[in-house]
Amino acid sequence: MINSKVFSRGLQSLKGARSPAIPLAACFIALGALLKDAGFNLQQSAASSFFTYALPGQLVMAESLLVGASLLNIFIAVWLVNFRLYPMTVSLFPLLKHKSQPKWKYYLSCHFLAVSSWLIAKDSYKKIDKRYRIDFWMGIGFGTWTTAVLMTLIGYSLSDYLNKDMMIGLSIVNPVYFFCMMIGAMKNISISIAVIGGTILGPVVYLFSTEWAILFAGLIAGTVAFLFGGKNGY
Amino acid sequence: MDINNIMILAIVVTSLATFSSRFLGALTSEKVSVKSKVFQWFNCVAYSILAALLGRMIIFPAGVLADSDLIIRLIVLITCVAIFILTKKNLVLPTIFSAIFLSILTNL
Repeated sequence: MINSKVFSRGLQSLKGARSPAIPLAACFIALGALLKDAGFNLQQSAASSFFTYALPGQLVMAESLLVGASLLNIFIAVWLVNFRLYPMTVSLFPLLKHKSQPKWKYYLSCHFLAVSSWLIAKDSYKKIDKRYRIDFWMGIGFGTWTTAVLMTLIGYSLSDYLNKDMMIGLSIVNPVYFFCMMIGAMKNISISIAVIGGTILGPVVYLFSTEWAILFAGLIAGTVAFLFGGKNGY
Repeated sequence: MDINNIMILAIVVTSLATFSSRFLGALTSEKVSVKSKVFQWFNCVAYSILAALLGRMIIFPAGVLADSDLIIRLIVLITCVAIFILTKKNLVLPTIFSAIFLSILTNL
């Protein structure tokens, strides 16, 4: 059903010099500590990473609860923040398609889609036989997802020992990791334009609209990159 | 309503809002061919959205990171990217270094 050899190759992407384990640990430890401060109990914090598994959305949820936002407001705010997962899925899953594979694998494993797993998969899918790419993806996703849930529990338990300096230190790890991965992905002109344009436009559009900044900036820079990039490698 | 129930509902609502984008992406992917222009466009937009998110996180951070100076964040980021390139794309070294370096610089 699942090719265990390929699955474990995906799982093994957690090891080695390009491992996402450290940045994942850093940000979910910080999240666990933050959820405890926001009044969540241990089970709820773990459930949040288990079922949501998207850091910016989880932060928005915690912040919204603290200011007493309604559930509908939380839904809209989280949806806006995490809508980036839609274009990310559409730019990855067609690469993993194979007619011999059942649909449930795709429907279930889309839950594993996050920035770290996406960047790893985009970086390494070519090495895997097309037929088993979805199993490779499930391995990557399962590994990163379980790491996130585990680290949320650890962060929650350690929160009393984490001072502000340590929290600041932990919070830079994730953006640094993502930035390095993005620079590593700039292998052709259109991706380079997309990355550079997005980095500049993100903060600029944020000055005008905090909620829509990321989607607007991404849409504009991405479309420009698509139009001017010429021949696209992916 | 009991605060505990509100928290559980908030987790459910957050998870549904998040999964909807992923699931919609999986459904759309069934109709998108790797060779199509649509796929290439989605690819560019996905990278740009991520880059926009990162740019925003560094320039206008949320949470504790906002307590550090912008110039320090930029120094840490540029140094770590340089380490990444110099070490032939090792990701473990720059990520560990970033936390230590930022802690040192903010306490100077």
